[in-house]
Amino acid sequence: MSLHLGKGTAPKVRRYPKNNQTFTWQQFILPIVLLIIWQMFFELGLIRSIVLPPPSTVMKTIGELLQNGQLFKHLGFSLIRVLEGFSLAVLFGLTLGIAMGLFRNVYLWLDMLIQVLRPIPPIAWIPLAILWFGIDEMSKIFIIFLGAFFPILINVIEGISQTDHKFVEVAKVLEISRLKFTSKIVLPGALPSIMTGLRVGLGFSWMCVVAAELIAGTEGIGYMIMDARQLAQTDVVLVGMLTIGITGKCFDYMLKALERKLLRWKTTYQGA
Amino acid sequence: MSLLNHHPYLEINDVNKQFIVDDQIVPALSAIQLAIQAGEFVSIVGSSGCGKSTLLRIVAGLECDYQGTVTLDGKRIVGPGLDRGIVFQEHRLLPWMTVTENITLGLTESDPERKKQIAQTYIELVGLAGFESAFPNQLSGGMSQRVAIARALVNKPQLLLLDEPFGALDALTKIQLQQEILRIWQSEKTTMMLVTHDIDEAIYLGDRVVVMSKRPGMIKSIIPVNLPRPRNRTSYQFFEIKKAIYREFFHEDEASLEYVI
Ligand SMILES: Nc1ncnc2c1ncn2[C@@H]1O[C@H](COP(=O)(O)OP(=O)(O)OP(=O)(O)O)[C@@H](O)[C@H]1O
Ligand SMILES: [Mg+2]
Repeated sequence: MSLHLGKGTAPKVRRYPKNNQTFTWQQFILPIVLLIIWQMFFELGLIRSIVLPPPSTVMKTIGELLQNGQLFKHLGFSLIRVLEGFSLAVLFGLTLGIAMGLFRNVYLWLDMLIQVLRPIPPIAWIPLAILWFGIDEMSKIFIIFLGAFFPILINVIEGISQTDHKFVEVAKVLEISRLKFTSKIVLPGALPSIMTGLRVGLGFSWMCVVAAELIAGTEGIGYMIMDARQLAQTDVVLVGMLTIGITGKCFDYMLKALERKLLRWKTTYQGA
Repeated sequence: MSLLNHHPYLEINDVNKQFIVDDQIVPALSAIQLAIQAGEFVSIVGSSGCGKSTLLRIVAGLECDYQGTVTLDGKRIVGPGLDRGIVFQEHRLLPWMTVTENITLGLTESDPERKKQIAQTYIELVGLAGFESAFPNQLSGGMSQRVAIARALVNKPQLLLLDEPFGALDALTKIQLQQEILRIWQSEKTTMMLVTHDIDEAIYLGDRVVVMSKRPGMIKSIIPVNLPRPRNRTSYQFFEIKKAIYREFFHEDEASLEYVI
């Protein structure tokens, strides 16, 4: 019954597209050049150390803070807060987003409320957060949650609403169940958008953790930065900033790796 | 479908269909009258935009807003159903599913072993052995179209609607798949409605060729193909039918017609 079309000539099909997301040398050139110029400005006496300490000083401070464990202590606290707040945001954002995306009525009931709450910056919630949750962990996690929740929610809804009508018709013609339609057609189609929501949400989490750590307390990268500012330790401020930058990048890298694995059917535009 | 029933298997009765585009009424189908017997193979030809896809979509149950009646086995069509399969003009494969997953998407069989077996049968049927775990973006247009055909076939529909299914195929593959469709038609007794822009294909496959006219889409004429199968595409009778269809298309004199063919 077979036609044997192309049989025998069929090449092995690679399931995973080429991994082209790893580090390349181009990425490092500009940061290194900037570091060199920055150092040179200091050596030439063009900037004062109190305004902008040179990379050499920052490196030394990193060494000190690593040795006395301060950096890891503060980073650890911030990291746990981000993970807690972000996880909650993922949980609620995904659940609510899927419910709103799939059920028109849920959307109609909630949309207005969400549209009004969304533009309020998480930082503006700090006074209320303190009144509601005190000055301890809970209020900080609440602020981070708020920061990550809305981007995730909006992107999940958006992704689901983008479901191609052509595929909806395919589902109708094949009479597949609502559950199968959701799990095999709607959600995989929404996944690129959902992943974008997660990445944006995680970025917001890091912004919010610093803001939240200004509330009170004596730990966290945000606290470390503010404390150093008061003591005019500009080098420590820079180390804190750098730590957030690098940690954020690492997290994003992990999400991107996950995205690549989940979206291996997709060919992305890499630029000309 | 029994002989006791006097109605045809599919009956399209005075169907009119309009689309509203920018508050303007765009007529797509006008006074379509067509009866198809169970097990019949009907080809539909007509120029681009004359409403062929729209007609198939109505029969598939995807367009419900039209005037007139369409009955299948005596019952009005109110929506899609597994008794009808459709191969869309574009392949519409889900990009995140492999060839096998796409083919088994609508399979009602639940036993995984059996499911795999059925998928394999149809993959081989359309000549895609070796590509089971390929994603659509790793396939050529013709290969994708063949997956779409397999997807429509797995549940063994009684009526198969084919919207230019071989459009993206090379001549050789096309001929092989045409023969495969004929084989399925003969063995499964599937009723076939095939839209094509290839007049040779329409004659080679169809018991009748429906010629549609442009805007609003109307049935210009229905030309029976009373040739025994397997048909010879180069025979004189084949050529005569082809000429009759071209004549419907162009309304031109014989002289220039000879030139076209
Ligand atoms: N969803 C729609 N909304 C508005 N107009 C439509 C829609 N679908 C089809 N039409 C119009 O209806 C007419 C018939 O379209 P249809 O797709 O049935 O043509 P066709 O005969 O299949 O053409 P082709 O051979 O190019 O595929 C066209 O004029 C088209 O513009
Ligand atoms: Mg069409």
